[in-house]
Amino acid sequence: MTDFPHTPPKQSWTFSNDVNAEIRRAAATGIYDIRGGGSKRHLPHFDDLLFLGASISRYPLEGYREKCATDVWLGTRFAKKPIHLDIPVTIAGMSFGALSGPAKEALGRGASEAGTSTTTGDGGMTEEERGHSKTLVYQYLPSRYGMNPDDLRRADAIEVVVGQGAKPGGGGMLLGQKISDRVAMMRNLPKGIDQRSACRHPDWTGPDDLEIKILEIREITEWEKPIYVKIGGARPYYDTALAVKAGADVVVLDGMQGGTAATQDVFIENVGMPILACIPQAVKALQDLGMHRKVQLIVSGGIRTGADVAKAMALGADAVAIGTAALVALGDNDPALEAEYQKLGTTAGAYDDWHEGKDPAGITTQDPDLFKRFDPILGGRRLKNYLKVMTLEAQTIARACGKNHLHNLEPEDLCALTIESAAMAGVPLAGTSWIPGRNGGF
Amino acid sequence: MQTFDLAAQGLRALNQTLHGLNGTTNQTAWEVVNPKGSHAIAVGLDAPIDVTVKGSTGYYCAGMNKQATVRVKGSVGPGVAENMMSGTVIVDGDASQYAGATGRGGLLVIKGNAASRCGISMKGIDIVVHGNIGHMSCFMAQSGNLVVLGDAGDALGDSLYEARLFVRGSVKSLGADCIEKEMRPEHLELLADLLKRGEADHLAKPEEFKRYGSARKLYNFNVDNASAY
Repeated sequence: MTDFPHTPPKQSWTFSNDVNAEIRRAAATGIYDIRGGGSKRHLPHFDDLLFLGASISRYPLEGYREKCATDVWLGTRFAKKPIHLDIPVTIAGMSFGALSGPAKEALGRGASEAGTSTTTGDGGMTEEERGHSKTLVYQYLPSRYGMNPDDLRRADAIEVVVGQGAKPGGGGMLLGQKISDRVAMMRNLPKGIDQRSACRHPDWTGPDDLEIKILEIREITEWEKPIYVKIGGARPYYDTALAVKAGADVVVLDGMQGGTAATQDVFIENVGMPILACIPQAVKALQDLGMHRKVQLIVSGGIRTGADVAKAMALGADAVAIGTAALVALGDNDPALEAEYQKLGTTAGAYDDWHEGKDPAGITTQDPDLFKRFDPILGGRRLKNYLKVMTLEAQTIARACGKNHLHNLEPEDLCALTIESAAMAGVPLAGTSWIPGRNGGF
Repeated sequence: MQTFDLAAQGLRALNQTLHGLNGTTNQTAWEVVNPKGSHAIAVGLDAPIDVTVKGSTGYYCAGMNKQATVRVKGSVGPGVAENMMSGTVIVDGDASQYAGATGRGGLLVIKGNAASRCGISMKGIDIVVHGNIGHMSCFMAQSGNLVVLGDAGDALGDSLYEARLFVRGSVKSLGADCIEKEMRPEHLELLADLLKRGEADHLAKPEEFKRYGSARKLYNFNVDNASAY
């Protein structure tokens, strides 16, 4: 009998091993998957853009010799005391509760040494971060956990959070295992229960109300503090325009790669847009209103390198914010802890069950035995180093494009590697003058 | 008595003046005339002063109040005494939605009716409403006390945490995880004090109220309760 060759086993693209594993997990547990972090999809991103660099028509600046400034003013529209940062890379809002006290301290230390700001989160302001942050942005969130006028007044800026990139339209949940005595006290809730964060504010809805809410906050703080409005990457053109109309000094725009402490995986991966698609729409809204550079734009969601910073700024952002990258700089998902990640059923680089409070790096936990492992001084130094490297990288690129300030980077300095990224970013496909979706070109 | 004409002198000047007062001031009595429905009147106060607003106000009157007593001789717009920390706010007329939202302390008295979402996400404030309250009141209320001499609308106390709700009249419906609870002696004692401080002890007796609170079944996520979420 002849042994004919068999058709080799073929896995389904639609029903891949990952998909089937999730179906089995859902069938066994009856609950959706909750995790931290941002989208893990392969999305069009800054990697799909390239800088053109200088040529005969443009001359470069000398690296290490000719100045390329990096500072940024935020809140120049209405605030009596706008913020001046040395570098345009800020630390995004992350809550005490999601993060340990020492981790918040490290963020403050590193950011302050690098000349930038940190941001509170959905758990109120802690002494660790106020004490160690030269410039601290205080988030005004739907939950209002810990909200009080004294902290509003000792903040350097106030960020009214409408949404975040990981879950535009969604609230949050800090699961009971992370609700220590201190977290419970700050949030006025019993220890050990799941603490829900509402998806919309309790005392305003819509842009007309937001304008009055901003008025109230300005009155309470004597019109001194810059008021940011943070939006998730859903409808960036209209949301940016409405935030400006409501009186924002700064718009913070977070794409779907932006992280969260804990949300349903189905939400993270299926709601919102990548930051690359969001920035040009927000910039266009500002330009259409004649407010570009007058209302500053901070963008976040997947910023990792100085190249990402430079690309975001070339597309029109005034500054960027980092969250996940800052945690990695502190030591999150470090392969040195691989044995412990294995015990948790995961591996370094993939650990995202931050809501369970078992972080072996001691960063996303309220367990004293775990967070004692984390050295806030060393963590702060690592973050400072990382921020400095990002800034140097961005300057290197800006000089190569002939810019003496990061703010002088422009879309004309960019080209795109893919049709998708060209369309989203509004820059030509490499080697062509074609911007998909725009008239003319080829 | 210091008189401030809001129409002539403006909102910024009012709040700036009131913020400049502290516990040592002898200018403890203020009267604001011509409020004309303005927003953010007397917000962020932090001194033991007495402010009387002669007329109706817009949004967020007495927002984030500390220490001060603010009386409104009229009705108030949305979010009166939102996030109040301490002190007292007394409204002679009606209150629009979100009255006392997220309040963390102090006493809010509404002598008329309060609209929807009264006491939403309250975190320690005491609220006494002489009239009725609208739907979704005390949604996600965390702590503090709500006293309603009249009726409550739909979905009272939905997703309630540890706040205590006392209603004398009817409740159109209870929200998820909110149940009627036994009125024990300590609650009657608490209620008597709240009625007195809320200038309502001549209008109602503690024994006439029912108490509502959290069943605490939704405190930790359980897929078997999915239909309640």
